[in-house]
Amino acid sequence: MERAQKVRVKNWHPPGHVRAPMYLRGKTGEIERELGPFANPEELAYGHKASRRRLLRVRFTMGELWGAEAENPADILEAEIYEHWLDPINAT
Amino acid sequence: MPHDHHDHSDDTQGLSPSGHPYKPDQDHKLTRWQAMEIAMRELLIEKGIVTAAEITATVEQMDRRSPADGAKVVARAWVDPAFKARLLQNGTEAIREIGVEPGVLKLIAVENTPEVHNVVVCTLCSCYPRNLLGLPPDWYKQRAYRSRVVKTPRKVLAEFGLELPDTVQVRVHDSTADMRYLVLPARPEGTDKLDETALAALVSRDAMIGVATARHP
Repeated sequence: MERAQKVRVKNWHPPGHVRAPMYLRGKTGEIERELGPFANPEELAYGHKASRRRLLRVRFTMGELWGAEAENPADILEAEIYEHWLDPINAT
Repeated sequence: MPHDHHDHSDDTQGLSPSGHPYKPDQDHKLTRWQAMEIAMRELLIEKGIVTAAEITATVEQMDRRSPADGAKVVARAWVDPAFKARLLQNGTEAIREIGVEPGVLKLIAVENTPEVHNVVVCTLCSCYPRNLLGLPPDWYKQRAYRSRVVKTPRKVLAEFGLELPDTVQVRVHDSTADMRYLVLPARPEGTDKLDETALAALVSRDAMIGVATARHP
């Protein structure tokens, strides 16, 4: 996954410590930049030897996140999401 | 036993002579994690791994961190376009250049312009660039700010006294993982003759979180 790739955050609901906020799950955005590999917090939180996972910044529009309730649909929200939480969306 | 003052049972009612309500003493039992922290600290000292003085020195060093370091970074970016470019490219390396030790901090700086206003939050907890700005304000850690600023940032910013026109795009940065964020506020007009120290004095903690702009001189 590279910059400007369209992605959807997985709508997973696993138990335990994860760092993909609920309000972004299932939402579509675009990779803003790549941040490199980081220790996976889902393993780190339990004292396990953590694998390295790619971390990406994803840009969402407020219109995508909040629909008609958005104050200004063109405003932006950016968040860091681990690659294993993202599905690429390919242009059809 | 001599007893030269009134019964303490009244202390939690009414007002003190200085006009503030009395608060109960904080002598409740330790929580599990407070007890664990003390046990761990005492063990480390007993085993000679660290000394009590070293722990105190580290706590003091953490307490000394303040928004002044962040303001210094902002002022340098205002006067030195090449530094600003490096700061926006790689915040962590750029702050080291001017003598701010990032430690574990991984920094992304985001720039306010006439077209874009940035604001920072951590919806999951209270991630904050402590090495650069010191301790976060209480409101930053509260649910009201964390849940509202991602949905109605313009309303929240207006409550802080910052009304943004529709021509300005709002960008909310949710620190969900390993990066921490510094907002680089716009340099106020009429500051051409000010030196870096005077410029840094215009940069508040709130401006670097993005709920305010830099002060006008």
